[in-house]
Amino acid sequence: MSQAHLLKTDRLHRIVTMRKISTIIASVFWLGVFLIVSARVGAQEFPVPPPPFTEGMFPCSSCHASLETNRKKRELKEEHSNIKMHHAEAMRWCLDCHDAKNRDKLRLFNGELINFTESYRLCGECHGNLYRDWRAGIHGKRTGYFAGTGKRTYLLCAHCHDPHEPKFKMVIPEPPPFRPTDRRNEK
Amino acid sequence: MRNKNQTRREFVRNLSVTALAGASLPLFSSCSKEEAEDFLQKHFLEMTEEEKKQVIAKLEQRYLERYGRKFQISTQKALPETLWGYGLELSRCVGCRRCVYACANENNTSRYARQLHWIRVLRLKRGNLINLEDSEHYYAPETVPEKGFIYLPVQCQQCQNPPCVKACPIHATWQEPDGIVVVDYNWCIGCRYCIAACPYKGRVFNWAEPNLPKDEVNPNVHYLGNRPRMKCAVEKCTFCIQRVRAGRYPACVEACPTGSRKFGNLLDPKSEIRYIIERKRVFRLREEINTESKFYYFFES
Repeated sequence: MSQAHLLKTDRLHRIVTMRKISTIIASVFWLGVFLIVSARVGAQEFPVPPPPFTEGMFPCSSCHASLETNRKKRELKEEHSNIKMHHAEAMRWCLDCHDAKNRDKLRLFNGELINFTESYRLCGECHGNLYRDWRAGIHGKRTGYFAGTGKRTYLLCAHCHDPHEPKFKMVIPEPPPFRPTDRRNEK
Repeated sequence: MRNKNQTRREFVRNLSVTALAGASLPLFSSCSKEEAEDFLQKHFLEMTEEEKKQVIAKLEQRYLERYGRKFQISTQKALPETLWGYGLELSRCVGCRRCVYACANENNTSRYARQLHWIRVLRLKRGNLINLEDSEHYYAPETVPEKGFIYLPVQCQQCQNPPCVKACPIHATWQEPDGIVVVDYNWCIGCRYCIAACPYKGRVFNWAEPNLPKDEVNPNVHYLGNRPRMKCAVEKCTFCIQRVRAGRYPACVEACPTGSRKFGNLLDPKSEIRYIIERKRVFRLREEINTESKFYYFFES
């Protein structure tokens, strides 16, 4: 082989390696973009309505910012006395779900802080099967449009179940239909 | 040229046609123009687009006079590739009847003298199998759910093999391509054969002129769905045809406080109803009579 030919192949090799490297860099970049975008999308995954806060309660930090954190499990007598804990209360305490430092956030088991609009992730940490069904639209309630571009609303767990006392309350039924002999069924 | 002398058969035929025309003359003159128009109106499936427009304009005018509201009457056709299916979770239904009244408000049913409902919530003793003869739908406790009972809401099951359609002698009720069984209220003669044929008691009859208060009218209607009906028309649940064809959940689905009611397209593998059929324990009412209903009851194991 001639000297010129060797040089040519060498250059060719270099070009190929450069191209490979640039492809890898580009793919890493796009992978990063994809991950960031999907994380963003994940955060806004479900069109949920505003969480059902008691009026005048949120943001929690408006009071709690100036209060000292007391981590001791105790009965609350002055504030939040209307909250009855009936949700594995023997094992649970406010700060298991509410973050101690940032009161406007909820706290996942791994320490991640989430907004109240994402509270389903917190509920899903224990109630995995229900969370799976909720994501599919089977457990829970969806209203609005299921197809097209119309507005849709997926209720949060907390819209139906009080997180502190999740068992459904008894409801007053609507009146029964008129019997055929009912006076109101006659002119 | 044809034979001038009429045969006996021709003579009798001509005579009877003349007599019929003569007899119907006073009939037509005694009824109002409105009634005569309605009487001569074609079957919905045989109308041209032009005729549909005329009928819609006529109805809008009439409803404006009667209810003082501008109605939007849709004649939207079935969407392609759709077959609507319904899911209802029995383990969650508490029997509160919110769906019954949401349905009445949405679908302009008669409110009193006679009250008509398209949904009937049956109460059954817990522990027995679904035995519709032992059911009760006039239950009125202080609060629900009651101990020892389950609740089974029943409405039109939108059978894929509908006995009501077969029973209708004049094809006033038929199945649309998206699986919804509809009624042309103007074509219906009120014979009620379909009511007798329905194994779910899904159909109701307007024994009198419907009583619909002006302020409770829903003006967004579909011609084959919730437009105000008239005396002697049979009506039933249409899965809220006016909503679902626009991609919106039926009124009962939106009203249910426990989220027991689910709705979707059976042909779409990603729909909620398909998720239920594939993963939950489902059953249909009276499967053994081969009506192939598209109303799936399901429950958590």
